Amino acid sequence: MQVLFDINIAIEAGSFNSVVGESGSGKSTLMNIIGTLDTPTAGDVVVDGQSIAMLGRDDLAELRNRTIGFVFQFHYLLPEFTAIENVLMPHAIGRQRPDREAIDWAEELFEFMGVSKVKNNPAGKMSGGQQQRVAIIRALINKPKLVLADEPTGNLDSANTANVYERFRDINQRYGTTFLIVTHDRRIAEQTDRIVEIRDGHLLMDIKK
Amino acid sequence: MALPLRIAVRFLLSGKGQTLLIVGGIAIAISVQVFVGLLIESLQAGLIEQTVGNSPQVTVRSAEENVTIGRWQDMATGITSLTAVEHVGVAASANAFVRKANDSVPVLFRGMDRDSIDGIYRISGHIYEGQDIQSSGEVLIGRNLSEKLAISVGDRLQVTTPGGAIVDYRVAGLFDLGVAAIDGSWVVSNLRTGQSLFGFSDRVTSIEVTVFDVFAADLVAAAVVGLLDDDGLEVTNWKDENEQLLNALESQSLSNNIIQAVIIISVAIAIASLLSVTVLQKRRQLGILKAMGIKDSAASLIFVYQGLLIGVMASALGIALGLGLLYSFTVFATTGGESIISFDFKPVFILRSLGISILAAAVAGLIPASRSLRLNPIDVIREG
Repeated sequence: MQVLFDINIAIEAGSFNSVVGESGSGKSTLMNIIGTLDTPTAGDVVVDGQSIAMLGRDDLAELRNRTIGFVFQFHYLLPEFTAIENVLMPHAIGRQRPDREAIDWAEELFEFMGVSKVKNNPAGKMSGGQQQRVAIIRALINKPKLVLADEPTGNLDSANTANVYERFRDINQRYGTTFLIVTHDRRIAEQTDRIVEIRDGHLLMDIKK
Repeated sequence: MALPLRIAVRFLLSGKGQTLLIVGGIAIAISVQVFVGLLIESLQAGLIEQTVGNSPQVTVRSAEENVTIGRWQDMATGITSLTAVEHVGVAASANAFVRKANDSVPVLFRGMDRDSIDGIYRISGHIYEGQDIQSSGEVLIGRNLSEKLAISVGDRLQVTTPGGAIVDYRVAGLFDLGVAAIDGSWVVSNLRTGQSLFGFSDRVTSIEVTVFDVFAADLVAAAVVGLLDDDGLEVTNWKDENEQLLNALESQSLSNNIIQAVIIISVAIAIASLLSVTVLQKRRQLGILKAMGIKDSAASLIFVYQGLLIGVMASALGIALGLGLLYSFTVFATTGGESIISFDFKPVFILRSLGISILAAAVAGLIPASRSLRLNPIDVIREG
């Protein structure tokens, strides 16, 4: 079943973008294709100047590890590890041992996200908001060029939701990380600099502020 | 620690109860394999020891009956030079009679050199009364024979040969080899005494050989035949003379190997099944790890490592249990106050069992590992 039709978009480095649409519009599929988790049946994806069409599974895995950070609606923290171990997992995948620099960066991010006190907690022993913030830190640990967030606040209350988007904006401004946030909530989309609207798999609107 | 190994350890620790259950179950299977394997090996070793322990494994005699062997010194020297040979002894033996009151008791009079008495038959080590032969004119007799003749240490023993020679000897000592046929019929003296009694001059009736590896006795016999190159001599070995026993032992060994192979296969199947379930249980974790960029091969290694870890733990525990079972068996399975078998550690068998069970566990991990290869992160993420 074809989900997307003739979608052509380019995301600028350092930009803060959103993809908005109703449930089933194809926005998550778009994000998964951009994130190389899914493959397009036609067309190409170019990430950081590199076409992914000719890349094998291992090369795609390496590209994701180096270049892309993911935040999903569910935190997907590994319950067998602590918060800081989860955060350092992408770093460990790319290298063997977490070095001092990575640990310091992780602790800085924990501080920035306000969850330092739970960094040694097992993943299951935190509130939902804390878990999602730890998942965000994990997405940032390798200093990715692109963060893809699919309904990252879908399971959070309004206070935590506001907090998460403030943090996203801070990171974008502080570190120049490109953000693509997929959401069904227009109010959230309106806080971004560019809104791409998808309806029934078609690009309906693309507005830059 | 490599990341897949670290993740494997955490996965096992996260389900401690499940891990302990599978390790315990496999350890029991391995303990049975170790116990049965060592028990059968010990029983076989005991049987072999009984059959050939205190006797020669290769014997050289004249091809013709009642003919003695000359130039035996050169032959013995040549045979001793074979690296597989442990001891070489010579004997001047023949049937004779011992007088008891008005009766004559048939005996086998064995004049043997020191190598035969000490090295092959180990008679000196089994003297329970009196002492070893010090000079010609002295003999040793077995327990059963001494009781039959009502003769003790220091008594005189009158020996009559088929040729009519009658000679008196002093009984220097009594021995007990635990073999009724020998203890009840042998009269042992030094070689010169035997040669003199039967008029053999400087000749012998047999050259007797023990070897380091009793199962290579046939090969050593063939080497001796080649070395001596004399059609007038006959070379026999214990394997040819105990063919039925060997066939029985081989069948037993085959059964032993089949039992062990079946146990190892069942262990591998158990581990593969458990870890295949783990792939399903850890599907979400695998999906996010792949989304974060772990390569398929590294993700698969997690399950190979899990198999390996289960194999190492279960093998160590199983071997300890198996040895414990065997030790208990030696303590409680006794006859006449003595254990049926001896507790023999056998490090080669233990190491082989350890290696095979760990290898089987690692190989078992390949099945769930290949299942994890097919997992796509997008499938996990879509499930939500």
